[in-house]
Amino acid sequence: MQFDSFSAFIDMGGYGFYVWLSFGVTTALLFTLIISSIIGHKRVIKNIAQRSQREDKLRQVRTQRQKQDKELKAKLSKEVTE
Amino acid sequence: MWKWLHPYANPEVSYHFAGKLLPWLSALAALFLTIGLVWALAFAPADYQQGDSFRIFYIHVPAASLSMGIYLGMAIAAFTSLVWQFRLADASAAALAPIGATFTAIALITGSAWGKPMWGTWWIWDARLTSELILLFLYLGVMALHSAFEDKNLAGKAAGILTLVGVINLPIIKYSVEWWNTLHQGSTVIKLGKPSMSVDMLWPFLFCFVGFILLVTFIVCIRFRSEILARNSIRPWVRTLVSEHIQKENNNAV
Repeated sequence: MQFDSFSAFIDMGGYGFYVWLSFGVTTALLFTLIISSIIGHKRVIKNIAQRSQREDKLRQVRTQRQKQDKELKAKLSKEVTE
Repeated sequence: MWKWLHPYANPEVSYHFAGKLLPWLSALAALFLTIGLVWALAFAPADYQQGDSFRIFYIHVPAASLSMGIYLGMAIAAFTSLVWQFRLADASAAALAPIGATFTAIALITGSAWGKPMWGTWWIWDARLTSELILLFLYLGVMALHSAFEDKNLAGKAAGILTLVGVINLPIIKYSVEWWNTLHQGSTVIKLGKPSMSVDMLWPFLFCFVGFILLVTFIVCIRFRSEILARNSIRPWVRTLVSEHIQKENNNAV
């Protein structure tokens, strides 16, 4: 141990402000980077999930419309033949 | 000879491989950084000229060399992607850019906080400092290009060209302390001949350096996975993976 007391450790031989500024900024930046990377990963997953849901819904609507069209056509052709 | 590497060209295999590395990397990085930083702050002897202010060295030097190392890695990835149309290389280049930018910012800020007590100024337009600042702008430009295009392949190409042009800055940073008269001191750690650093100062540095490298690899893995998913979002394996993930999340919420 290079320091006699905790206050000497904080003081860093008079350079405390600069040393702790450097270590503090480094920790803050690295934490921000890690947290934003993890949040970004979750966001990517959420976006893909949303998009696939939207596509599923569109597909459902399309098949329903096709079904309705077919029914209408059948009805019309029946009326015409009558 | 290189056959074992081929499966990793598959995005799905790479995604799961990077996922398996994550817990190991985070644990090892935490271990090395804790040992290294505690040693550096409390147990390493003070410098005979600079006193305790020299402890900034233990984050400044690893951050600065990583800022260049990450750029080199990004440039190699960009080159591979441009020449061989290797899509995963684009993903890794995009994953590396924000990490490199962060480390460049750390190198600049800690350097500034070290310069104030030693040189009497926070900033000076000296060759080493200016070229490192340009490196930060290059990183920001690459990041901007990656996010400027909806089409990720196009974005990768544009960012890759900027990355390769910017490689010229690396030797300028490295040799700036030798080519020009600068305030910045020369290299301390790597010097041929006599070791210029005492051993009880060198060991904590090595721990910090390895710890920072592990931390970079950890963050690269996280970001690389996101990039793979975003670039393969229409593939069936991504769709099943995502729906499983959402299901698990819903179950946890209930």
